[in-house]
Amino acid sequence: MTQTQKKKSTDTTQKKSPETATAPNVEQTNGSESSVSPKTQAKSANPPPTARFTSSAPNDHRLVGGGRTDSGRLMVHKTYKMWVGGKFIRSEQGRVLGLHNAEGDLVTHYVRASRKDLRDAVSAARSAQTPWATRSAFNRGQILFRAAEMIDARRESLIARLQEHANLSAAEAAQEVDAAADRMFWYAGWTDKYIQVLSSVNPVASSFFNFTLPEPTGVVAIFAPTNAPLLGLVSLIAPVILSGNTCVVLVENNAPTLAIELSEILATSDFPGGVVNILTGLRDELLPHAAGHMDINAIASCGGNEAQDRAIQIAACESVKRVHFFEQPQTLDAWCSERQQSLYSILPFVEWKTAWHPIGV
Amino acid sequence: MTTKTNEQAHSRDMASLLFGDLWGYAPSPESTDHVRYAQRYGHFINGRFVEGKDHFSSINPATEEVIAEFASADEAEVDRAVQAARAAYVGVWGKMKPAERAKYIYRLGRLIQENARELAILESMDGGKPIKESRDVDIPLVAAHFLYYAGWADKLHYAFPGATVSSIGVAGQVIPWNFPLLMAAWKLAPALAAGNTVVLKPAETTPLTAMKLAELCQEADLPAGVVNIVNGAGRTGAAIVKHPDVDKVAFTGSTEVGKIIQRAIAGTRKRLTLELGGKGANIIFEDAPIDQAVEGIIQGIFFNQGHVCCAGSRLLVQESVAKEVIQKLRIRMESLRVGDPLDKNTDVGAINSRAQLDKIHELVQSGIDEGAHIHQSACHLPSRGFFFRPTVFTEVSQSHRIAQEEIFGPVLSVLTFRTPDEALKKANNSPYGLSAGIWSDKGSKLFSVAGAIRAGVVWGNTYNQFDPASPFGGYKESGFGREGGLHGLKPYLEVR
Repeated sequence: MTQTQKKKSTDTTQKKSPETATAPNVEQTNGSESSVSPKTQAKSANPPPTARFTSSAPNDHRLVGGGRTDSGRLMVHKTYKMWVGGKFIRSEQGRVLGLHNAEGDLVTHYVRASRKDLRDAVSAARSAQTPWATRSAFNRGQILFRAAEMIDARRESLIARLQEHANLSAAEAAQEVDAAADRMFWYAGWTDKYIQVLSSVNPVASSFFNFTLPEPTGVVAIFAPTNAPLLGLVSLIAPVILSGNTCVVLVENNAPTLAIELSEILATSDFPGGVVNILTGLRDELLPHAAGHMDINAIASCGGNEAQDRAIQIAACESVKRVHFFEQPQTLDAWCSERQQSLYSILPFVEWKTAWHPIGV
Repeated sequence: MTTKTNEQAHSRDMASLLFGDLWGYAPSPESTDHVRYAQRYGHFINGRFVEGKDHFSSINPATEEVIAEFASADEAEVDRAVQAARAAYVGVWGKMKPAERAKYIYRLGRLIQENARELAILESMDGGKPIKESRDVDIPLVAAHFLYYAGWADKLHYAFPGATVSSIGVAGQVIPWNFPLLMAAWKLAPALAAGNTVVLKPAETTPLTAMKLAELCQEADLPAGVVNIVNGAGRTGAAIVKHPDVDKVAFTGSTEVGKIIQRAIAGTRKRLTLELGGKGANIIFEDAPIDQAVEGIIQGIFFNQGHVCCAGSRLLVQESVAKEVIQKLRIRMESLRVGDPLDKNTDVGAINSRAQLDKIHELVQSGIDEGAHIHQSACHLPSRGFFFRPTVFTEVSQSHRIAQEEIFGPVLSVLTFRTPDEALKKANNSPYGLSAGIWSDKGSKLFSVAGAIRAGVVWGNTYNQFDPASPFGGYKESGFGREGGLHGLKPYLEVR
């Protein structure tokens, strides 16, 4: 998290823990929190927050609206966990971060993943990879299609979360959710087509049958975009997994809770455990461990700064990882553009296998 | 007593392969009378041969005699080459009509065919490979590569459906010594077809044919600066890789250097393709055609003295046929003719350099020390030059260095397995993933194993086949990107 902009509501936070406001990498003890505000993202696609929350004064330790519904009912408190190996888990370190709204009120806590959490997630992704890749392309497609259905089915709830957690207007939130469902739907259709489009039978000048086809690279670490907390994730995860890769997604953005909302959608879409693993936390903390992990085959990164991208490239060379940087759109309209979905976004995460066999009797 | 009988039977079988030893082979060396080359080379920059400094010698590894001296390019000379490439890209090549580019590349292919005999002899003199390989494999493939990609230059928009493609700019290319001119062709042809210009560095032990290729670029009237060739060793390569005006880096060589290059370009947006080492598994199932498989094993490991990144250097043979396969393999190995690379009957030529010979000796010694059984051909080795006997290790276990590390020499490690599942686990138990061979007469088994092997090239009932239309490259630590075929264009194009 770059500290380029101060949020207007950090006063109380800074009084309580001045070091965490400027250096979120400092190890947190259990229970303490560093603050993440929607406004700290300098390049956020999201517009300025609307005055949606009505709490009378900034209050770091008070849940928004006192955690009550509009009619005054005390809501059942929801804990945002991470999603690893098909299970919703807390961090093995027990650390959390706080998500605050523009007024400084606490929206919710979310998990700050540790290095051990990352390694567990890679292990889950590795176990899931071959079974996922050996499912039929049709079956993988059915599961991705169902994920698109589930996004639509939770449309109202996602719109509400984007408003509350990412400070989008109702119209913008609806635009992002609809685009996310459509993007998932678009990529779902590629599972049983991209091989056809990209394979080749090669006319070699000798008596052999020779063909080339793409195969999934393996386990992919995804550094999620720092904006578009729902659509950005879908735009990166779908092209990675549709070919049979599994992934570990590291989320640090203006509303990491949307990643967990997404994991609840994927969890009800028949994804086998471990195909998608979602960790929330701090990019700088997890980056060297992910980029240097010997059992990760490729890295997809979006929205990192120069130093982060360079650190990824340096650590990646230890196991000759494939590294692909996606340019991060800076506006919601740009994210929603059809130019953000491409057959060629699948390619950085496939390997080409060429097979030869003699022709004869 | 039993051993002696076996030995006698062994030598009788060997003799039977040589028609009972009724006829010996007379020496049959290729004449070198008509080959022309200079005693000193600088660099080829902006369409002209330029003087260089810090010369080193390239020797004939079969005789240890100096062939010629070559300059080492420093950062300033590399910079001049990159500037020439940039100017040619901006001024000529990048905006040339694609059909015209195609005809230039075609012309290079034709000129190579016309000069094939000389190029083949020079390749064998400088690198030590048997003339029958440079004549029948290397040089024909070089020409075929240029001819194949010539045809792509004006059809690029058909290659990637739904996308728009454009060239990238200046490509910096660093190539190895095992297939000197062929690797130059693999690098140059797709780069030029895609509309890029090039700075190429040949390996320091085999720079001769690259200089001849530079002459052909002049003969072809290729616009100045489109192809630039600088000589030198690691420092020159590093200068190319690190040059800020190089847009794309392509490297073929060791995994160790590949990682250094990947690190060196961190923080830049240079594109990179790496074609690195391998430890190819050649899997023989009990239902394989055994005699053909033995030929495939020989071809897999002794082709080009084993200086092949995709060599079948790990033989995985099913236990039920292991004895038969190993026996036939040893007999066949005895019949290989090792010696003068220029002799048309030579099967295994000279090891490329003393450094490589030392590395092979060191790894073979480790195999003996770690307890594997060594079997070597009893062939006569020339008294001068760098030669190594064809060698097979049996009783090799997964943890042995000779089962893990790339030897890059005529040394085969034999492991056995019982089930297809075990074969797959052993085959994939490597950080490399470049190539594999599968021998079985059962089609469903071939498809199943080929699908599960993590390697970029899989040969079923054959080994070490190459073609310009066939994409080549690795999984895992064997690198990324493909060379050859439609897929070999992509690393040299911006695809949107």
